[in-house]
Formats: sequence, structure tokens, C-alpha cells
Amino acid sequence: MGKVYKFADNVDTDVIIPARYLNQSSVEHLASHCMEDADATFASKVKKGDFIVAGENFGCGSSREHAPIAIKGCGVEAVIAKSFARIFYRNAINIGLAIVVCPDCGEINEGDELTFDASSGAISDLTTSKTYQGDTFPPFIKNIIDKGGLLNCLEDFSD
Amino acid sequence: MGYTITEKLLMKACKKTEIKTGELIKVNLDMVLGNDITTPVAIAELEKKGIDRIFDKDKISIVLDHFTPNKDIKSATQSAKCRTFAKRHAITHFYDVGRMGIEHALLPEQGIVKPGDVIIGADSHTCTYGAIAAFSTGVGSTDMAMGMACGKTWLRVPAQIKVVLKGKLAPFVSGKDLILHLIGMIGVDGALYKTLEFCGEGVSSLSMDDRFTVCNMAVECGAKNGIFPFDEITEEYLKERVAGYTVFSSDADAFYEKTIEIDLAKLRPTVAFPHLPSNVRTLPCKETVKADQVLIGSCTNGRLSDIEKACAILKGRKVADGVRLIVTPATQKIYLECVKRGLCEIIVEAGGVVSTPTCGACLGGHMGILASKEVCISSTNRNFVGRMGAIDSEIYLASPEVCAASAVLGRLASPEEL
Repeated sequence: MGKVYKFADNVDTDVIIPARYLNQSSVEHLASHCMEDADATFASKVKKGDFIVAGENFGCGSSREHAPIAIKGCGVEAVIAKSFARIFYRNAINIGLAIVVCPDCGEINEGDELTFDASSGAISDLTTSKTYQGDTFPPFIKNIIDKGGLLNCLEDFSD
Repeated sequence: MGYTITEKLLMKACKKTEIKTGELIKVNLDMVLGNDITTPVAIAELEKKGIDRIFDKDKISIVLDHFTPNKDIKSATQSAKCRTFAKRHAITHFYDVGRMGIEHALLPEQGIVKPGDVIIGADSHTCTYGAIAAFSTGVGSTDMAMGMACGKTWLRVPAQIKVVLKGKLAPFVSGKDLILHLIGMIGVDGALYKTLEFCGEGVSSLSMDDRFTVCNMAVECGAKNGIFPFDEITEEYLKERVAGYTVFSSDADAFYEKTIEIDLAKLRPTVAFPHLPSNVRTLPCKETVKADQVLIGSCTNGRLSDIEKACAILKGRKVADGVRLIVTPATQKIYLECVKRGLCEIIVEAGGVVSTPTCGACLGGHMGILASKEVCISSTNRNFVGRMGAIDSEIYLASPEVCAASAVLGRLASPEEL
């Protein structure tokens, strides 16, 4: 169970982790500045197991993998959005940050308590007693996630 | 049913004779690219897994272009990691200060990428090389690591959007205005996960530099790739740079999910207002936007013709009081041409500075950071909140010609106003 931090449409990777922090890449450093230009207090208040809920095109812009690394480093359980920008989407899968496409997630409010079942895609809003169905991954992508990231799948890619 | 150029490139790369939109495929890569921000993360991933091999030293490019010449000890350490890695693996296409340029201007210029290639790069603007009829897309550092280790990646076959161009651009209107206009039409996620294929009789009136600019910003409307057909202009550009490539083209009966038509003759100088590239207006506009800084450069618009066009406006004129003009030739070769052709002199005489090639200011790294409430008119690609500095600074995206006119007049302006 975790608390919801809500963001708007088109959250770009520059606000998730501004370039001024990209001169180093440790998880702790990146996590401590996560979402800083969208909500300067986010990194200090987010707790392990909390959720980011956002609108369309989450993670657009720069390809910096530092963005999902920062979010995962903060302990965020999953990012739930109406849609994701494609590079952020694949970066999250490749590093094992849970992401969920859920067109109805706009109904979820800031501060609601959620639970999320990664295997079924079921999202329960305990505050409003509503449930939502997130998209599940096709087997190809599920395999990457189950193996704990892309580099653990090296053998699957050899001819 | 036939296939599009993008689908044919992907079929070649996954060795299949048919593919379907949405299908997940494993593809063989002709080039894997990274820079001084994204490569260290890829190297760390490889080290973590104990992988100490690369698939092909000639098919990896590492370009130190973002925080270079290094701005502080931390960024110098990142560059040093890349340098050590490139040396240990004898990476052929490793570019350091003195030889480097902004990656997406450098790779085509040096003939490192070519038509028919399937390319990934750990930089979102890797989609630039679609201008020379290659499939090219931005990815992250783990993808780069995987690509370097085994020469492969996974891709979802994108849906195809056809952008039919007709007519010819008016004076003071360029590829930048075309792509800003398109992003304004369809929005920042208007081509999410999809291909933008440019075609039609209008293509032949676009220079290679215009095509690079257009493909470069395909990602700003979410596209996986942008691509142009191969024609005489492509052939001429490649003549001195690369030999032995394969040309693919779209079948007449290929399927497109959507067709967009644009009359080039109707385009006006176009500007993206803060804070999204889709927030476009045409010039002249009724708002008065006072400029503190003007930036001409980047992987989008730092090529020779961009600087030439800007200098045609700056020549014999002065940058307005209170405006800082920064011009960043995208590569060493372009820089040298600017010196030889007297363009550096024009810029300096006008009161501007000419910087070494770097991505620096565009991403708020260094060499042109904005203070609180400052305004930059910029030939770059993103005007997100805080992109170039303080979170309450503002970026207006425009062509090099609009940037030059704005530098002279001290406010957002069309060259026609001079």
C-alpha cells in the first residue's frame, strides 16, 4: 500500500531529473533530486511503496535513463499514467521500474492510498474504494521484467 | 499489401519477410551511439553484469558532446570513464574534444551512418539520421549497453504516418518552421510510438540540412522515427562521405494509419512559445517578447547553412543592447568553415560569441545558462520548464534566421521586420 503523488500531462524527463544533476549518475544522487522541477519537495516526502499517477505522455523528451533510475531510487512502487513517452517506457522496462498504462487513472486523487498487483494489473484505490484495470505486458516484455531487466536477457538475444 | 521504407528496414534487421504493426521484434544493429551523459550509465550496467565484450568496435560511436569541454570535476570523471572504455575496446568512432562535434551533426558529416542502416542511440535526437533514409531511434543507456554487448535490441514495429509535402518554402522559412508547424498540428504526443514518413513533391525543395532538422525533432511529437526518401539531394550529400549502402523505398501500396498534408508555400516563420514545442505561433505575433539571450546551435540547427543564414542577417548589424548572442557551430568541421568563410568575424563584429561545439546550453548544462525570469530565443529543440536553467526562465524555439533577427532587434522578431 502506498500514497499517490499526482502529476499532469507531458511530464518531461528534464523536470524528472534536471540536466544540472546529470554530471554524476549514482542512484542516491539522482533520487535525491527526483521530480525537483515539478515538485521541489517530492524527493523528501515520497516513501517506499508510494505511487506516481500522471496523465498523457509521461517521461517525454530526453532519453536520460537517469529519470526512471531516480524514480525507482526513491522507492516508487509504480508509475501509473494514461500513456508513456516511448523511450521512458522502454527504459523503465529495461531497468525494472514498474509502469502501468491505465486510461482511467485520471480519477485517482493526490494522496489516495493504492495497492497494485503487478501480475494482474489490478489497481485498488482504498481511499475511494474504486478499482482500475491497468494494461498488462505482452509475453516478450514480461520476460524482460521477470528476469529483472534487459541485460539479464542477453542469452535470449543470441542467435 | 506493400511495405513502407521503415518496415523494410526493420524486416532487414530482424531477418523476416513479413512484419506487422505492433509486433515486438529483435533487430540487428548497424550502429550503437552514446554520449558523455548516457554512456557512463551503460558502462556501469555492463560492469555490474560482468560483461566485458563488445560486438563490433566499428559499430559503436561514443561522442563526448554534452558537458564538454568538461565543466566540472564530476563531468570530467564521466568523460574519463568513456575515454577509458573506448580505449580498452579500441572503439573506432570515439570523439573527444578537438575532434568531436554534436553527435547528430557529426555522425552523418563523417559518413558513420548511411542509408539502409538500423541505428539506436542513447540520446533522444538519434532520430535525426532518418534524413538519409536510415531507421534511427533514441533509446536509453541499458539499451545502449545491450546493443554494445550483442549488437541487438528489441523494437515494437511502429504504425506509419505519411506526411505529404507539396510546394516550396518561402524566403526566411526553413525545415525548422516545417517541423514546428507539424508538432503544433498534432501535439507533443501526436505521433507517439509511430513513424513520420515525409514524402511528396515538396521533399525535393528541402536541403539535407532542412531534412536533418525535421527528422531531429520528430521525437518532439513522440515519434519513434522520422524518415525521408533517398533522392538526388541525399546522393549528392553522401558522395564524398560514404560508399556502399543500400537504398530502401516505400511501396506504392504500403499501409499508412494516417496521412497529413502540408503545403510548404503556406508556412510562415514559426515559434514554439514556452513550455512545449507544440505551443506554436507564427510571426509576426502580437506579443512583445524581450530577449535576454539568443542561442544559435544544437543538433537541430547548428549546421553550416544554419549559421550562414543567421550571418546573412547579422552582417553589418549589431546585437541589441542587453542581449547575449551565443553561436555554437555543431562540429569542428563546421567551425573551421565558419572561420574560413568569415562567419565567425561577422558574429564577433555583431557582438556575439562563437562557442566550441557542445550541447551545453541547449540542455541547461553549461555555456549559456538562464537566470530567473530570463528569456532565450533559441534554435534548439526543447522549451520545457527549466530546460536551459532557472525553472522560471523561458525558451522560445525558432529557426536560426528568426534567432538572428531577434538578436538584432532585442525581441522575438521575424527577419522580414529588419
